Amino acid sequence: MGDHHPTGFTRWLYTTNHKDIGSMYLWFSFVMFLIGGAMAMVIRAELYQPGLQFVEPNFFNQMTTMHGLIMVFGAVMPSMVGLANWLIPMMIGAPDMALPRMNNWSFWILPFAFFLLLSSLFMEGGAPNFGWTFYAPLSTTFGPPSTDFFILGVHMMGISSIMGAINVIVTVFNMRAPGMTLMKMPLFVWTWLITAFLLIMVMPVLAGTVTMMLTDRHFGTAFFDAAGGGDPVMFQHIFWFFGHPEVYIMILPAFGVVSEIIPTFSRKKLFGYSSMVYATASIALLSFIVWAHHMFAVGMPVAGELFFMIATMLIAVPTGVKVFNWVATMWQGSLTFETPMLFSIAFVILFTIGGFSGVMLAMAPVDFQYHDTYFVVAHFHYVLFPGAIFGTTAAVYYWLPKWAGKMYNETAGKIHFWLSMIFVNLTFFPMHFSGLAGMPRRIPDYNMMFADFNMWASIGAFGLGLTQIYFLVIVLLTLKNGKKAEDKQWEGASGLEWDALPSPAPYHTFSTPPKVD
Amino acid sequence: MAIRRKLIAGIASLLTFVFNGVVQAASDLNMRPGVTETSNEAFNLHMMVVWVMVAISVVVFGAMIYSFIFHRKSKHPTPAKFSHSTLVEMIWTIIPILILIYLTIPAVKLLIKMEDASNPEMSIQVTGSQWKWHYKYLEHDVDFFSNLDRSLTEKDENYLLEVDNALIIPADTKVRFLVTASDVIHSWWVPDLAVKKDAIPGFINETWTSIPAEHAGKTFRGQCTELCGKDHGFMPVVVKVLSKADFKAWLAQKDEERIAAEKAAAEAAAQSWDMEKLMTLGKEVYDAKCGMCHQANGLGLPPAFPALKDSPIALGPVEAHIDIVVNGKSGTGMAAYGPQLTDAELAAVITYERNAWENNTGDKVQPADIQAFKAGN
Amino acid sequence: MNEQMQQQNKKLILRLMAIIGGMFLFAFALIPLYNVFCDITGINGKTRGQALYQNVEIDKKRVVTIEFLTNINRGMPWAFGSKVKSMEVHPGELNEVIFYAKNPSKSEIIGQSVPSVSPGEAALYLNKTECFCFDQQKLMAGEEVEMPMKFYIDTDLPEDITRLTLSYQLFNVTDAVNAAKGATK
Repeated sequence: MGDHHPTGFTRWLYTTNHKDIGSMYLWFSFVMFLIGGAMAMVIRAELYQPGLQFVEPNFFNQMTTMHGLIMVFGAVMPSMVGLANWLIPMMIGAPDMALPRMNNWSFWILPFAFFLLLSSLFMEGGAPNFGWTFYAPLSTTFGPPSTDFFILGVHMMGISSIMGAINVIVTVFNMRAPGMTLMKMPLFVWTWLITAFLLIMVMPVLAGTVTMMLTDRHFGTAFFDAAGGGDPVMFQHIFWFFGHPEVYIMILPAFGVVSEIIPTFSRKKLFGYSSMVYATASIALLSFIVWAHHMFAVGMPVAGELFFMIATMLIAVPTGVKVFNWVATMWQGSLTFETPMLFSIAFVILFTIGGFSGVMLAMAPVDFQYHDTYFVVAHFHYVLFPGAIFGTTAAVYYWLPKWAGKMYNETAGKIHFWLSMIFVNLTFFPMHFSGLAGMPRRIPDYNMMFADFNMWASIGAFGLGLTQIYFLVIVLLTLKNGKKAEDKQWEGASGLEWDALPSPAPYHTFSTPPKVD
Repeated sequence: MAIRRKLIAGIASLLTFVFNGVVQAASDLNMRPGVTETSNEAFNLHMMVVWVMVAISVVVFGAMIYSFIFHRKSKHPTPAKFSHSTLVEMIWTIIPILILIYLTIPAVKLLIKMEDASNPEMSIQVTGSQWKWHYKYLEHDVDFFSNLDRSLTEKDENYLLEVDNALIIPADTKVRFLVTASDVIHSWWVPDLAVKKDAIPGFINETWTSIPAEHAGKTFRGQCTELCGKDHGFMPVVVKVLSKADFKAWLAQKDEERIAAEKAAAEAAAQSWDMEKLMTLGKEVYDAKCGMCHQANGLGLPPAFPALKDSPIALGPVEAHIDIVVNGKSGTGMAAYGPQLTDAELAAVITYERNAWENNTGDKVQPADIQAFKAGN
Repeated sequence: MNEQMQQQNKKLILRLMAIIGGMFLFAFALIPLYNVFCDITGINGKTRGQALYQNVEIDKKRVVTIEFLTNINRGMPWAFGSKVKSMEVHPGELNEVIFYAKNPSKSEIIGQSVPSVSPGEAALYLNKTECFCFDQQKLMAGEEVEMPMKFYIDTDLPEDITRLTLSYQLFNVTDAVNAAKGATK
């Protein structure tokens, strides 16, 4: 009935269907995840032992830079948009996103943007090598020729994100089924709505930053050059004004995913729904006033350091509320531990550990000892990998039955989980120690006092990398041979996608809006 | 069974975290307390936060593990119905706020103290450049570059942490550092002193330390902590502390050294060097100072580090070649070597570059030529 | 989608695009905003432009040490320094310090000095009535020059600041100036 769909290659080029576009985003993000992961393997191979064995320092800097850019802008962000596309219309009873043609364009910009970025590896002078944070003047005055392609790629990718965010906001505000008030929406929709506002506020600031970089490089301006009356520190302020909300953009949808999954497998409603909404909104608002906690060593006046330290510590409060609410959801529930639940539980535990190192980093006088060391690398990888990525992985396992109508192999899923759990901790936990011992970031070689920690991290990384291939195999086998999924695959699930739609969900759903009570 | 495995995993991860918190000060796993009053206060604050985090994790993860065991479906088939409790939510909002206040108060005090560089007893200007540090004592006529000692290998204890000229400071003295950079942003860090400050081109930042007398004779090592290009990992910070008396003696010695070096440079400049002598010294200087960017074979890593073999500069007018070596080139990675090498070394390395790799210009650059160039003649 | 929904969507989209455009401009606005904020609070060590000397009561009871640092950015071959390393001054008193610069190279070079004050909070209270840093300096090959700098320190300098460090970093801006000239031809 609602299942006619075009076929062939052009289906994907011209599609305006949110399910198709969601799938494209997810596959694209996974490919980028593997590419960014391959770069991480190069990094960890070089860092396996002291001494320079495999790559030149300049190429190493290209690897760390591109790894960061690809993972942030190519893997995490598009994967979240993929989830939004698949789930938001179904969860609110809408037939599609509000702006389906813009939706198509938002996706297709990305392969072009990343082709541009990746091709810089083959340009003279190599790829960008100044860190994903591209501080001036290293990036403006001393960057390789490919820097201009980097700027163009960032602009393109930024436009994609902004258009995606507009689409989410308009969809959520204007296309909810009758009876679906804002406070009845699934929390995933809430977290994405708030994320979309963060995106439209800060992606333009990133665009401004790289534009200023471009004019400094080629059009005679001196925004970030002291000789012309500018200030390199100004770059950091403008960048991190984007950069800090950006990290919340990367995690808020994962909070939403986990808030859907844990109630299902606890067979109990999410504890404190309205607090979860307010906490998410508070985190988003606070994220605008903490940016300079990335800059404690820059020579900021004490008054500034104090303000940013205190504001940053404040964010721990709503974040803590969310963690406690997840725990309270499980408390006295009736728990089972299918793969999505395992990833979600691991998310709560390991993201919280990342949060602990975050509180430590917020304390400015001690941050002087952590800043720009592997302690920071440990912190953000904990909140990003067992945080954002485990969240997305949990989402894929949870909703794949709905999307594809096929069930994944539960034993294989659990193996994937345990391998991921072991290797992610083996990779990133030792980095806390190498950082505390004094190992700086972004160095291709190190003194032997850091050797053991690096060896364990590299072993963990190789295992973690292989495990992702295993995940790919699981997904491919499911799509090919998976058992037929139930309409309501999970006993404790609720929401329109589970209660009102078959598995797989038809190509067109909710052409007539459902009634929500 | 899945539950038992979860339990073991849960306890294991908890213990790992607790173990981290239980580790003693001297342990390899922990941050070092350092040797100054501020570094020890920073360490204590660090430990305080770690303990608080451990305590919170015991409570939170403990509750989760309890649920995994006692609220699993097989043990607890009927889920409770509650999804709300204003009282509980208020409690777990207020308690974290109180904990944060408890942590913030000592943090504020320590931060203000660490950022108070007033009334120093001596000041040193620290300038970061690609890829070395420069130290200038403001009250004395002493300044020098501090380069990575590249003779050490990864098997050596101080690999990547040793320099040719360490920064020497007196113990029991409030030393202020005025940190800046001459190209990109660098950052000067000595973990044992808990001193880290970014070096921003065009601006100065100040920080300070005061090392108790009992640590006289010791050496402390740190690294650059802001990505600054290719050799960011190869510009260590080495600080050696001397007693006040020994420091005075060291200053006197530096004075003598400076006079002797000036004399030697003048003598070398007065001589006329033959090609063999120039090429020998030139190769030595090139390998030590130029080869890491321009490569031993002269092919460089274009476009950031141009080739010198067949290059227009090495084959073109001598004066332009001298200019770029002595003064560097603004906006590029080519630093000014005028202040870093003697006139003889400069003459030799330029001669070497003009004749090696079959450049074969036959040009000889004399130390006197360099001297004349610097004087503007 | 019906007409009414399309209209609603359009209105919302326009509002969102206004926010986006506004935030893009905000990024650029951060530059002057940052400067205004720093100017008002004086907290980042940047000195202001030219000041006028107002005949204020010189606070003879107070002595403030001001020291002068110079450093040279890469690719700038000039010799550059101050004739005195430091001075003891009274707040409110107009003082002069002479800097020297020499261009030993064979070509004309244009330099720009950038001042920076430490501690940052003190910058608000340092007033320069005459400074070579206000303009670019052009030196012919071999030319030497003395550059005076006149300043006074505000009498309301906080009590706990007894020492100021004024640093100048000298940049070679010849290429940038020539490029700009070329562009405006």
